[in-house]
Amino acid sequence: MDLPADLPLYSLTGMGKVGRRPKQVSCSQSQATLLSIFSQEYQKHIKRTHAKHHTLEAIESYYQRYLNGVVKNGAAPVLLELANEVHMEKVLPFPLLAFMDNIKECVCYYDLVTEWQIRVQPEKVTKSSKSVINSMLRDPSQIPDGVLANQVYQCIVNDCCYGPLVDCIKHAIGHEHEVLLRDLLLEKNLSFLDEDQLRAKGYDKTPDFILQVPVAVEGHIIHWIESKASFGDECSHHAYLHDQFWSYWNRFGPGLVIYWYGFIQELDCNRERGILLKACFPTDIVTLCHSVA
Amino acid sequence: MVNQWMMRAGKPDNPGEAATLNSLQPLRKEFVPFLLNFLREQSSRVLPQGPPTPAKAPGASAALPGRPGGPPRGGRGRGGRGPGLEEAISGESLPWAGGRRLRGSSSPDSSSLARSDPPNLSNLEEFPPVGSVPTGRAGTKPSRRINPTPVSEERSLSKPKTCFTSPPISCVPSSQPSVLDTSPWGLGLPPGCRSLQEEREMLRKERSKQLQRSPTPACPTPDSGSPLPSRTGRLTAEPADPARVSFRQRLELVAHVYSSCIAENLVPNLFLELFFVLQLLTARQMVAVKDSDVEPNQGVLDSLESPLFQSIHDCVFFAVQVLEHQFQVLSYLDKGTLKLLAENERLLCFSPALQGRLRAAYEGSIAKVSLAMPPSAQAVSFQPETDNRANFSSDRAFHTFKKQRDVFYEVLREWEDRHEEPGWDFEKGLGSKIRTMMGQLSVACSHSHFVRLFQKQLLQMCQSPGGTGGMVLGEALDVLSMLGADKLGRLRRLQERLVAPQSSGGPCPPPTFPGCQGFFRDFILSASSFQFNQHLMDSLSLKIRELNGLALPQHEASDEDGESDVDWQGERKQFAVVLLSLRLLAKFLGFVAFLPYRGPEPPPTGELQDSILALRSQVPPVLDVRTLLLQGLQARRAVLTVPWLVEFLSLADHIVPLLDYYRSIFTLLLHLHRSLVLSQESEGEMCFLNKLLLLAVLGWLFQIPTVPEDLFFQEDGQLDAFEVDIVASEHGLDSVPVVDQQLLYTCCPYIGELRKLLASWVSGSSGRSGGFVRKITPTTTTSLGSQLPQTSQGLQAQLAQAFFHNQPPSLRRTVEFVAERIGSNCVKHIKATLVADLVRQAESLLQEQLVMQGQEGGDPAQLLEILCSQLCPHGAQALAQGREFCHRKSPGAVRALLPEETPAAVLSSAENIAVGLATEKACAWLSANITALIRREVKAAVSRTLRAQGPEPAARGERRGCSRACEHHAPLPSHLISEIKDVLSLAVGPRDPEEGVSPERLEQLLGQLGQTLRCRQFLCPPAEQHLAKCSVELASLLVADQIPILGPPAQHRLERGQARRLLHMLLSLWKDDFQGPVPLQLLLSPRNVGLLADTRPREWDLLLFLLRELVEKGLMRQIEIEACLGSLHKAQWPGDFSEELATLFNLFLAEPHLPEPQLRACELVQPTRGTVLAQS
Repeated sequence: MDLPADLPLYSLTGMGKVGRRPKQVSCSQSQATLLSIFSQEYQKHIKRTHAKHHTLEAIESYYQRYLNGVVKNGAAPVLLELANEVHMEKVLPFPLLAFMDNIKECVCYYDLVTEWQIRVQPEKVTKSSKSVINSMLRDPSQIPDGVLANQVYQCIVNDCCYGPLVDCIKHAIGHEHEVLLRDLLLEKNLSFLDEDQLRAKGYDKTPDFILQVPVAVEGHIIHWIESKASFGDECSHHAYLHDQFWSYWNRFGPGLVIYWYGFIQELDCNRERGILLKACFPTDIVTLCHSVA
Repeated sequence: MVNQWMMRAGKPDNPGEAATLNSLQPLRKEFVPFLLNFLREQSSRVLPQGPPTPAKAPGASAALPGRPGGPPRGGRGRGGRGPGLEEAISGESLPWAGGRRLRGSSSPDSSSLARSDPPNLSNLEEFPPVGSVPTGRAGTKPSRRINPTPVSEERSLSKPKTCFTSPPISCVPSSQPSVLDTSPWGLGLPPGCRSLQEEREMLRKERSKQLQRSPTPACPTPDSGSPLPSRTGRLTAEPADPARVSFRQRLELVAHVYSSCIAENLVPNLFLELFFVLQLLTARQMVAVKDSDVEPNQGVLDSLESPLFQSIHDCVFFAVQVLEHQFQVLSYLDKGTLKLLAENERLLCFSPALQGRLRAAYEGSIAKVSLAMPPSAQAVSFQPETDNRANFSSDRAFHTFKKQRDVFYEVLREWEDRHEEPGWDFEKGLGSKIRTMMGQLSVACSHSHFVRLFQKQLLQMCQSPGGTGGMVLGEALDVLSMLGADKLGRLRRLQERLVAPQSSGGPCPPPTFPGCQGFFRDFILSASSFQFNQHLMDSLSLKIRELNGLALPQHEASDEDGESDVDWQGERKQFAVVLLSLRLLAKFLGFVAFLPYRGPEPPPTGELQDSILALRSQVPPVLDVRTLLLQGLQARRAVLTVPWLVEFLSLADHIVPLLDYYRSIFTLLLHLHRSLVLSQESEGEMCFLNKLLLLAVLGWLFQIPTVPEDLFFQEDGQLDAFEVDIVASEHGLDSVPVVDQQLLYTCCPYIGELRKLLASWVSGSSGRSGGFVRKITPTTTTSLGSQLPQTSQGLQAQLAQAFFHNQPPSLRRTVEFVAERIGSNCVKHIKATLVADLVRQAESLLQEQLVMQGQEGGDPAQLLEILCSQLCPHGAQALAQGREFCHRKSPGAVRALLPEETPAAVLSSAENIAVGLATEKACAWLSANITALIRREVKAAVSRTLRAQGPEPAARGERRGCSRACEHHAPLPSHLISEIKDVLSLAVGPRDPEEGVSPERLEQLLGQLGQTLRCRQFLCPPAEQHLAKCSVELASLLVADQIPILGPPAQHRLERGQARRLLHMLLSLWKDDFQGPVPLQLLLSPRNVGLLADTRPREWDLLLFLLRELVEKGLMRQIEIEACLGSLHKAQWPGDFSEELATLFNLFLAEPHLPEPQLRACELVQPTRGTVLAQS
């Protein structure tokens, strides 16, 4: 089989993985940060070019190429190569496929599966077909067409920035850091309410942890802590500010955000306003002293 | 005689005199304005260089702020005044009457007085920036005097009209034009200034320009401080010498009469008069007057042609005389003002006795008015009780409000950042954003939620003095005096920036929205939402009623010990908080309520006005303030009610005071004003500072441009009939010293102008050092006292009331507080115990139902009904449990909070009452709400369960944690998923020929997977799900021999033994370590089975082995596997593959279920099948 020209980079990511163990901070730190940054940049690119591949003409032409490809050889990585080609125009040569927006849709497998549905089982195309298709993408075994199922599965396991597996990895990393943070809070004897407890109480916005008794970090009072297992770049930080951090401030007052993979220093400009950024669990914590009578 | 005339009727010493005086009563109201105008005019030569000066004619509250540019209209005014004057003085032969006559008949520049014709201190744009040459001005404005109004034309000539028409006192200096424009609706045009149309138009243009320039009208322009430096730079004060006073006797007499007017509250604004007097005291220079004109006829008392003040000496003498009369008021001013007064060398020179008293007052004063630090914006915290989903009608409303809260704060933050930037405009910057947000508030319930947020944020940000943007006093002046005069120049500029913008703009500023209040006002204006305004008014009215009716603890002056002191601080603080909140709320209520009626155009007159009156008089008031006022007066709570009412009225439009309803309110207020005689201090009388506060706010109100100028004096006739039926107990709030200087100055920052005036004298007169540093105490916001629970009627309640009557108030507060809290905690406790138990029962019942009825579980609504009918009856236990809780908890809390020394009987009574109140509260709530509560919680639980039943049943299963010894060192789930994904992608391809995995690596990976699954620390359900899925995929690849193995090129495949070992590992992981479901049926999905189709030769034994093991380990049932195999036939396969599949199926079915021989049996089959396959 011909090797893609982009193998070196692919190997790099294969080496680095998206996952990283939060406890072993050291040599892998910079690499993990690098990966996090790369992943964010890549997603931005996908979003930028998303619309281009979603025109009817484009989809039709992809579908024809796919059909021609699999007729020739169903075992060849037709869909994968198609996806790579589509995305290699401007970005780094990277064997990534599947542009997914908000982790739900992707041009290649999504549209092809839709196309397949419409052609092969027109009677099944209903309003809910989108969710059916999404479910197929999560679990290709549900795709009745064996060849397409294999093609899609191949895309999923080779995709390093998108797709259900990568989503899960990202989710797991986020969760692991939350657990880590919870342990640290317990270790420091800081009582808190976690997201689940808050949700159960009916809070409409829930940071990872709300401190039941506020503390001061580096002289700033904080009421809540949010853990972010990613690199805090300008774009994502502003989105987070808008969607999450300010909302927390609006409800609970000032708080702390930990970007475990670091952040752009200049973004830490809202300290006075009540959003504090750190790249690790703070050491300078002052708690309320109960006077001993 | 004159003095007695000034006093209220019935007081004179003998009946005959009284009769005479009574007959003269109607004249009094004409005399007073005359006197005030006269004094202002007389002083005009002295004060032109004065600092921001009030208008000369109190009571003549014509338009000041709206009319900086008014033309000279002295001619008409003066013409009108003559007759009135004469009438006023006829029969009294007042010594200065001649002076008036002279003025009235003389042309502006023919009399000596005219030359120094008052620069109309009130009309401050006539009052050029202080730096300009005074003498030049004196000549240019001879006729600038009075602004006659149609009102005066309509009245009989016999009445003194002009006094009502001079600009009102609250003038701000011309150098502060923006202060005049602080209100967006053009306050301040006097009724019927028709001749002013043009100027008004110009003014309007100018104002709109200014509004665009500076959208925060709260801040006067920065040059407002400029008069001070320029004056200090140029003018040195003439020395004043007591020996050189002319007409001493005459001055004494006028001072006496004037003081009586002040003491009897015949003047509209006490502090304005004080300000005027202090201006006289600190006058620097007399405008040059030709000797021939002044020509004092020494010793001739009735030389009425001569001016009252012939020299600085006269002014100072007069001022000191008045101050001596007003010592009592002065002694209640803040310490800083007292100090400046006591240190005033002129005062020392003219009246060492007064100086001594002031010094003593200063030394004894503790009335330090502290500078509150402006609080930074704090958000209203999210409270699940009021803010969670249960409080909204639909998910959509809930989520809409969620977004709105965020947009609201976004807007607020942007305002905070930018409102001080030049050129930034609220409407341009935020208007459309606000309207978009308001547009989303479709549901009425969302409006009320938003309004609640808005109102809470308003109170939070603006309640404290700092939030109003007003530094209470010119604090910086202390710093200045401390540093000495030489540094003044530089510091002055700092002060201009820091202090002047915060200053209240003269002794009588128009209503403004300083600081953060500006945000809320502009928000309302920009939102321009009818619904929002209506909800806001509803909410404000409700809150005002609630706070106004708050049972504020009453202080008994004779409380036994020092303990009362502590309580007292708290009570005073609470009062201040409530009062300031009320004022703020009332101000915004007034703003919104009268918003539709206000506009920049002049108030209508004549027929138009009548028709508007007819229309408006049938509109019910937004809040029945008259009743509240009457109730307040009757319950002797005027000190609470009047200040907020004044705020409310200050934002009324011009028509409002003409409406019967509001007119009667003004009448009541005028009566009240007259009755607040400061010198009367008797038992049960209102406290001095309470009175002072009311006088200050009422005086201010009477100067508001929208209040008719004649109002104050018109009502005079009926005043003595004023009596309020006091129905409530003799211990009203009014007689409790709830007001202190801090509160007084916070509510009336314009009183601080007195101190600024004195301070500017100091800084201007000499290089003075010394002084004191003021300690800055940041105030903390205290929460509002919660509304005390309404106790039930009945004898028990009466007994409880009686019990408290003779106890210190803190006891009652404690008991009520404990009862309130325990009652509330009781409800929470019941929720957490009884209701939570019922919910758990509901969940298990539901599980049973689901098992019985299969996965669908039936209609959720029906399920809920079934559950509720079973569970709700248990709610009855709540009352018993609640009672028990209150009994258990209340006594301890009471005991902990009351002093140790509380007598046992008192203690136990207090405990019992607390228990009773708490139980009552809790049970009332529980009996009304428990069923609904159970329903709601069960409903939530049902939907939770049903949801969980769906996609992720695993989440519901019981989960094991790590073992106790676990140190959580297992590989992280994310890491493992990533590793397995790499293997999968290698296996699925595309790949490099050299790429592959070693069998050891695979084994290690599965080992790590086991570790991770056994340490649950970092594992979340989705991760476990994916690990399970990946492990199944891995098994399929193993079975199909699709994993590229590293090693010698020839051997790229896994040995069968190795494959089995790995499959065994997987089986045991599935069996023992996965806690969630493993999608094993995927092993037989067409796609995975299809993997076998690609292998040559096909190997089925591993699959068969795996299937058997699955059954063996109980991971899958035989039937399930058969079903899967059966459905495989439906897929399209190559012909030979279908055959082999069928063979496998038969083999699987044929094999007996034997524990041991299984493996062997499989191997036995192998050769046979192998040959079959080889042949194919």
